[in-house]
Amino acid sequence: MTPAGGFPAAAREALGDSQLRANLRNATHTIRDKRAAAVAEVPDWQELREAGRLIKERATRHLDRHLEDLEAAVTRAGGTVHWAADAAAANRIVGDLVEATGQTEVVKVKSMATEEIGLNAALAGRGIEALETDLAELINQLSGDTSSHILVPAIHRNRAEIRALFQRELPGSGELDETPEALTAAARAYLRERFLRAEVAISGANFAIAETGTIGVVESEGNGRMCTTLPRTLITVMGIEKVLPRLADLEVMLQLLPRSSTAERMNPYTSLWTGVTPGDGPEEFHLVLLDAGRTSALADEVGRQALHCIRCSACLNVCPVYERTGGHAYESVYPGPIGAILTPQLSSFEKGETLPWASSLCGACYDACPVKIDIPTVLVHLRGKVVRREAAGAGGEADDPGERLSMKLAAWAFGTPRRYRLAQRTALPALRLLAKVPGLARLIPGPLAAWTTVRELPEPPEETFSEWWQGRRP
Amino acid sequence: MRVGLFITCLTDTLYPDSGKATVAVLERLGHDVVVPAEQTCCGQMHANSGYEAEAMPLIRNFVRAFGGGDLDAVVAPSGSCVAMVRHHYPRLAAEAGDAALVDAVAALAPRVFELTEFLVGELGVEDVGASYPHRVAYHPSCHGLRVLRLGDAPLRLLRNVDGIELLELEEAEACCGFGGTFAVKNADVSAAMLADKVRAVLGSGAEVCAATDSSCLMHIGGALRRGRTGVRAVHIAEILAAEEAG
Repeated sequence: MTPAGGFPAAAREALGDSQLRANLRNATHTIRDKRAAAVAEVPDWQELREAGRLIKERATRHLDRHLEDLEAAVTRAGGTVHWAADAAAANRIVGDLVEATGQTEVVKVKSMATEEIGLNAALAGRGIEALETDLAELINQLSGDTSSHILVPAIHRNRAEIRALFQRELPGSGELDETPEALTAAARAYLRERFLRAEVAISGANFAIAETGTIGVVESEGNGRMCTTLPRTLITVMGIEKVLPRLADLEVMLQLLPRSSTAERMNPYTSLWTGVTPGDGPEEFHLVLLDAGRTSALADEVGRQALHCIRCSACLNVCPVYERTGGHAYESVYPGPIGAILTPQLSSFEKGETLPWASSLCGACYDACPVKIDIPTVLVHLRGKVVRREAAGAGGEADDPGERLSMKLAAWAFGTPRRYRLAQRTALPALRLLAKVPGLARLIPGPLAAWTTVRELPEPPEETFSEWWQGRRP
Repeated sequence: MRVGLFITCLTDTLYPDSGKATVAVLERLGHDVVVPAEQTCCGQMHANSGYEAEAMPLIRNFVRAFGGGDLDAVVAPSGSCVAMVRHHYPRLAAEAGDAALVDAVAALAPRVFELTEFLVGELGVEDVGASYPHRVAYHPSCHGLRVLRLGDAPLRLLRNVDGIELLELEEAEACCGFGGTFAVKNADVSAAMLADKVRAVLGSGAEVCAATDSSCLMHIGGALRRGRTGVRAVHIAEILAAEEAG
């Protein structure tokens, strides 16, 4: 029952890293408590969540129309819209656009979409250097590391590790102390020079408004504002599910997002731009609309709600599994509970096939989600899809013929009261034998061994409840 | 009231004392308890593990066993099994495209209750006349807490038990790591979650860890016994049925 690869194996490795576990526990508990306080301040939080859910549901239900409206509005405002069916197409479009400017370096706003498509590596392959300007993304980039959290990509790092990295990698950072102020100042000095000479910037988008063609990026450090205003050319790569029908929808989203993500009442830097404005900001604006599996996810009536995600990370911060394994164990750009339902769907189950099981279904993620994505129900639904795929011979890492057989047997045994009683009469003596011979269960590979590594098996009773009831009421 | 006992396969087979205690509490309050012999398993393990097709006959069997219409309510000593019936049956019946089953589930599911929500929410009883002179830490099981929204119903009942000393459980609302097949499919993560839960139970100074679900108690109790802690995992029904002298 324990698959050899996938999440269980990656999680085992992460669990063995005690520094990582301490870093994660501190960080997730701090954000978790702050979020709870920020949410508790809003008397109509539940109504806001429902409004957010309805806005995203409407946006995705009529996605085709909203996207065409968005394209028309962006074009009217002087921007250019490009359609990318997959990661390769998006990378090619962006690469061509940068090459056309003659530049070999670009500055980047933190963006999940560009991470998802592996844009930095694709640009590097064409001789273009992409510099991450979000502090945590910069830390990961300088150390050759990958993100382990949607919002706090370097959550797995502590101050001492970052200080050592900056002293090694940032020219002229001198003797640094470990305070957040000193570390930030070193990054700021390094980045400022790059902002001032950048001719091209690449961003993602938190929202795009269909009726006006307005793009929105929310961030905390001001690096995004630098990128979206200073360079001559701005290229935005955005998943098609980010579109919102009306500008007024931001009223709900900009309340939900900051409290859920950074536990702030209001987001520090909210940049909204509509096409280009002569004499103000970029002279050229390109919007790349990315599908990359979203249309096929949209076809699943239960699973499609994963596309409502506004990337706040509240589900990661409250998840007891994420808290213990960190993001890398999910082996995806999107970790945590939302990653467990997004990754397999965006990749048509080519990736993350074991992720739907990376949850105890405790439901903390659903309670925290600002747009009420019923993550536990989607997880269970996706488990069904994977089981059926594997039963049909897909041969993925979640394939478990032993489990399939046990489940079929159990369903047969539970099928009628007579078979059920027979199963009880078979199981109890077996359990009594296992109880009598210490260590026996651990020798039986599969669920028994997995259970008994840290737990005793239940002590079998003398008689079942049914037997007792029969005797009591003749 | 004529109450149908949904004993659940786990309680029936491995934890009969919790079932007996549920009967005792309901009968003490003057209710007529019926145990339909046709019941087997609600199908939760199958449905939650991705075996929806295998769960469907079990769902139909449950509806046959309890849907007769001669019961005023159906009560189970398990939050997760009740969550399966109330929360997942309607969706699974609809997905199976079985209109008759959808109707039968719609009629039955709202009358299925977890024991403590039945006592507090339906009967309005918070003092069941129990006496249990022990130090108890209460673990709110996830499905009761976040799917059924039991709120403080279990605690209200426990607070009215004579002689009980209720202790604070640190991070009480954190999952114990059971999660059905999660405990064996992701055994390492489950064990890490369980270790933290056990640490909290031991830190509370309790001699008993109580919960509404035998499944969580099997998990927590299994670790408490492995660690030879002397702390017992006890179903809340057994505390509510207890008449121990102080």
